[in-house]
Amino acid sequence: MSPQASTEALVQVRGLVAGYGDRVVLHGVDLDVVPGEIRVIMGGSGSGKSTLLRHLLGLRRPRQGRVALFGEDIARLDEAALDRLRQRIGVSFQGGALFNSMTVGENVAFPLREHTALDDRTIGIMVRMKLEVVGLGGCEHLMPSQLSGGMIKRAALARAIAMDPQLLFFDEPSAGLDPVVSAGLDELILQLRDSLGVAIVVVTHELESAFAIADSITVLDQGEVLLTDTAAAVRASSHPRIRALLDRTVAVRDLDDDAYVRRLTGMEPGS
Amino acid sequence: MTMAVRLLRQTTAFVEESGYAAALFIESLYWLLVGPRRRQPVRLRAVVAEMREVGVRAAPIVALLALANGIMMALQGIYTLKDFGAESEVIPMVALSVTREFAALIVGIVVAGRSGSAIAARIGSMAMAQEIDALRVMGINPVRYLVAPVLLALMIMVPLLTVLADAMAMLGGGLLCSLQLPVTLYAYFSGSFAELALSDVAQGLAKALVFAILIGLIACSNGFTARGGATGLGRQTTRSVVLCIAAIVISDVVFTFFLSR
Repeated sequence: MSPQASTEALVQVRGLVAGYGDRVVLHGVDLDVVPGEIRVIMGGSGSGKSTLLRHLLGLRRPRQGRVALFGEDIARLDEAALDRLRQRIGVSFQGGALFNSMTVGENVAFPLREHTALDDRTIGIMVRMKLEVVGLGGCEHLMPSQLSGGMIKRAALARAIAMDPQLLFFDEPSAGLDPVVSAGLDELILQLRDSLGVAIVVVTHELESAFAIADSITVLDQGEVLLTDTAAAVRASSHPRIRALLDRTVAVRDLDDDAYVRRLTGMEPGS
Repeated sequence: MTMAVRLLRQTTAFVEESGYAAALFIESLYWLLVGPRRRQPVRLRAVVAEMREVGVRAAPIVALLALANGIMMALQGIYTLKDFGAESEVIPMVALSVTREFAALIVGIVVAGRSGSAIAARIGSMAMAQEIDALRVMGINPVRYLVAPVLLALMIMVPLLTVLADAMAMLGGGLLCSLQLPVTLYAYFSGSFAELALSDVAQGLAKALVFAILIGLIACSNGFTARGGATGLGRQTTRSVVLCIAAIVISDVVFTFFLSR
C-alpha cells in the first residue's frame, strides 16, 4: 500500500440510496471512516443501520451512490477482487454467525485454512493467539453451542481478526448481553484498536456502549444521517430527533388525521 | 385473485426457481473446474465427507429396500407368469426392470428422503444464522464451499448406490426363485447376466446421475431461500423432500419414454 493510502478514508460512502422493493430505506447516506478510529453508527430500529452495514460489507448492491473500501468502489470490483478485498476486513455478526458444525478453534482457523498456505502447526499457534487476545484461551475445543452469549461474541471476534484485518465491523456487539458482559466487550473493542491499530465500525442502538467506545458517532434516523460528530458533541446536540433517541422519549409521529382514518379503514387515498 | 393470475404467478415462480437451480449447477461446475486456479478449490476432504454422509450411510437402507423389492418383483412375476406357464421368464423380467428402472428409483427416493431434507435444513439454518453472510464477507464463495462438494458427492454416490441396489434386488429375486422355481441361485444369475446388455445397466446409471443432480440442486436452492425462523425452515425442508421425489419420478417417466423407444 502506498503511504498516502493509509491516511485516506478506509470507508467512503457517498450518496448511498438503498431499499427493498418499493420501500426506500436509505436516502443518500454519506460516511467516512479514517484509519484507527472507532466509529459508531447509532440509530433506532428501522433507521436503516443494518441495511447500511450490509452495503458496507458488499452483501447488497447500491441502488444509487457509491461505497468504497480502501479507496475501491466495491460495486465495480469483479468477484475475485472483491474476495481479495474482503480478506482485509473482519466482521463480527450480531449472533456471532459461528459455524455450528465446527469447534471454536476450527472457526478461527477457517479463514486461515481457506486463504493461506500455512501449515497446521502455525495455524494452531495463530488460533490460540487470537483466542488469548479475546480472553478465550483454552476454549478452542468447545463447540459454539457450549458457549455463553458473551463468549460467542468473543469467539466471533477472534475469527474476525484471524487474518489481521485493517478494518473491523461489529453488528450490535452488546445485543442480548447483560451490562457487565457488555462492558467487558466494549473494553475489548478499545483494546483491539489500541493494540492492533485497526479502524472499527460499530453498528448499535445501545447508547451506553456507543458513548463508551466511540471516537465519533454517526446518528442515523429514518434512512438519513442526522449528525456525524464526536461523542461529546452528539451528547450535547439539541436536534429533536437525536434528543428523542438519547432521552429515550417516544418519537413524535407526524399527526395527520386523514392518513390515520385511511389506515384504519384500509382505503387507499383517492379511492 | 382469479385462477388465471394465480396460475401465471405460480408459473413465474416455477421458472424463477428453475433458473436459480440451473445457475447453482453452472456455478458449481465452474468452481469444480476453475476453483483450483483461482486458489479457491473445492476441497477433496469436503467431498469425501459428503460422500460418506449421503452415500455410505445410505447403503444399508438401500440394500435392504432393494432386496425386498427384488423379492417382491419375483413373487409378483411368478404369480402372473404362472398362468402362461412362463415362470422362468421371471429371471429376465427382474433383471431388466431392476437395472433399467427400480434400482435407480429406490436409490433416488431414499437419498431424496435422507439428504434432500438434511442438505436443505443445514443450508437453511446456516442462512438464518448469518453463516452464509459470514462466508461471503470472508471472501469464500458459498456455492464453492457448500454446494459444489455435496453435488459432486451425490453425482458419484447415487450411481454407486444404484449398482449396489442392482445387485441386491437381483439377489432378492434370485433367493426367491431358488426357493419357488427349480433353478439354483447360480443358474439364476447366469441367466440374468445372459439377458442383460450393458445398455440396460447404463440406462439405470444415467438416470441415477440425473436424480443426483436434481436432489442436490433442489435441496440446496430450498436451503438458500429459507426464511422465517424455525417454521420457515421446517416448511422449506419438507418442500425440498417433496419436490425432490416429484422431480425424480417425473424425470424418470420422461427418461424412460425417450429411452425405451
